[in-house]
Amino acid sequence: MNVAAAGMAPGGGVPVISVKNVTVRFGGIVALDGVEFDIHDGEILGLIGPNGAGKTTLFNCLSRLYTPNEGDVQLHGKTILDQPAHRIAGMGIGRTFQNVASFSNLSVRDNIRVGAHSASKSDPVSDALRLPWVRKGGEAIDANVNELIGWLELEDVADLPVAGLPFGTQKRVELARALATDPKLLLLDEPAGGLNHDEVHELGSLIRKVRDERGVTVLLVEHHMALVMSVSDRVVVMNFGRKIAEGTPEEVQKNPEVVAAYLGGGDA
Amino acid sequence: MATSEENMTGGPAIPRAAAASAKKSGSSLGTIVLAVLVIGAVILPFASKNFFIFQMTQVMVYAIAILGLNLLTGINGQFSLGHGAFYAVGAYTAAILMEMQGVPYGWTIPIAGVLCFVAGFLFGLPALRLEGVYLALATFALAVATPQLLKLSPFEHWTGGVQGIVIIKPDAPFGLDAVLNPDQWLYFFTLVIGLFLYWLARNIVGSRTGRALMAIRDNPIAARSMGVNTAVYKATAFGISAMFTGVAGCLGAIVIQFVAPDSFTFALSVALLVGLVIGGVGWLPGALLGALFIVFIPNVAEDISKGLAGAFYGFFLIAVIYLAPQGAGGLIRSGLARVKRML
Ligand SMILES: Nc1ncnc2c1ncn2[C@@H]1O[C@H](COP(=O)(O)OP(=O)(O)OP(=O)(O)O)[C@@H](O)[C@H]1O
Ligand SMILES: [Mg+2]
Repeated sequence: MNVAAAGMAPGGGVPVISVKNVTVRFGGIVALDGVEFDIHDGEILGLIGPNGAGKTTLFNCLSRLYTPNEGDVQLHGKTILDQPAHRIAGMGIGRTFQNVASFSNLSVRDNIRVGAHSASKSDPVSDALRLPWVRKGGEAIDANVNELIGWLELEDVADLPVAGLPFGTQKRVELARALATDPKLLLLDEPAGGLNHDEVHELGSLIRKVRDERGVTVLLVEHHMALVMSVSDRVVVMNFGRKIAEGTPEEVQKNPEVVAAYLGGGDA
Repeated sequence: MATSEENMTGGPAIPRAAAASAKKSGSSLGTIVLAVLVIGAVILPFASKNFFIFQMTQVMVYAIAILGLNLLTGINGQFSLGHGAFYAVGAYTAAILMEMQGVPYGWTIPIAGVLCFVAGFLFGLPALRLEGVYLALATFALAVATPQLLKLSPFEHWTGGVQGIVIIKPDAPFGLDAVLNPDQWLYFFTLVIGLFLYWLARNIVGSRTGRALMAIRDNPIAARSMGVNTAVYKATAFGISAMFTGVAGCLGAIVIQFVAPDSFTFALSVALLVGLVIGGVGWLPGALLGALFIVFIPNVAEDISKGLAGAFYGFFLIAVIYLAPQGAGGLIRSGLARVKRML
């Protein structure tokens, strides 16, 4: 850890997320080995590392799909490890998946509506009887969903099933769905994967817009270096389950250990 | 985001309006079809023989049962080879309450519904640990065990053992018996309950609950990450599904006027599954077409050849699956799409 700035909040205060000494093992494989870093309010934090470095595993710890063998994950200073996975969205952590994980038989609109699940309420009996307050709740969801459809320019495909849509569009639907959870922190797992040059460029400004216009803190996992380096305020670098560097994009790019890892020689 | 709703008013109005009107024209066609069907259904018992009325009542009963199975399998993605068990619980609820406790038949329906919801929910909880073929096996066990449990001597006092229970056919109430014979009355009674249950099913599928169920079907991990408590919803889906099928069993018992363990063998569960697949998995109106198939096609097969009825039934089944691999629902939808493209 050669970056002194690690853990210093730009704006001060309690970090949005503290990853503390997180270790995850799968049988003999150590996917995460004592990983530690903070995400601060309003920043875009890039998380990079070669294939198999443990980035997705870390995401899965943050969204409680995995439970770390050791360590803690804290949201605003409080552990989330005592919460089940389905509470995480409601606590303000939204996510997308590395390989799109759409509800493929549902329309774009319904995919995004599912994103609003934890931000709304209903029960099966009232839903079945279509009680008046359920209809009201549905209208509130739809207002939110329509706003996101407009914001992400999905109007033309809004009522089509997701299954047949181009990959790039599906990724935008996933982003809209994650934003519908009304997150304070958004986890993006390789959002540029499978996108063409122009789309990647657009994605960069979109990620910044998500932060600037919606006040969402972003943790971005990405292999597309130009994208990460251009949008991130800070970057965390992982290799073989360990954090090997942390700092501004410039600092990280100059770091010899990072250079070594990306040239394929570094397992220091 | 506090501002998101305020932003709405300035949102893109045109595409949304277009989408809404497209949706409306689709659903208005559905409403027309439903209206025609309901009118036909109301005329039918005045233009048919009692036996045919009785058969059509049975079709509606099975349609309700298949509708329940569809909510579980088609909407939530969980398999069941054991829905005959919930049908049986509904049927015996009607028989025991009516014949032993003197409960009016109308009351046995909500009671059977609640009872089967609880039974389904409780079965659904341990079933959470099972997926795909394993869930199919567990529900298969349920279907196989049910007739034998119904025959057990400790329960014989209630269930009538192997003999079963005979139910007295109810007459039409409120002086309606002057216009409607009992077959006609039970037909309308079943029709009204069936329409109500169909309305409930439609509402569920179009609601936040329904979307959660379908999200679990399509991608359980993503559903969980969007805040869907998958365990509760899956068990609830089992409960709702069992409730529909149980109400069908209850109605079926009243219509057939008899329950016995051997009416509720594994064959019943398979018949419901056949009806589901024929009608179209995940397409609610398909339940009616599936029910028509399982009520009438065995008779047609038998008319062709008494000795080879099973073989002919199998032949029809394969033919339908071959011609409409997505069931009647898939066929109708692709037909509609073709018509739309031509216009
Ligand atoms: N569920 C699992 N079971 C067993 N091993 C796993 C599991 N998930 C991840 N791993 C292993 O953990 C290590 C880290 O994987 P992970 O998917 O987190 O890497 P990544 O940094 O996201 O890689 P990529 O850039 O290719 O997406 C790999 O060796 C992987 O094989
Ligand atoms: Mg990954």
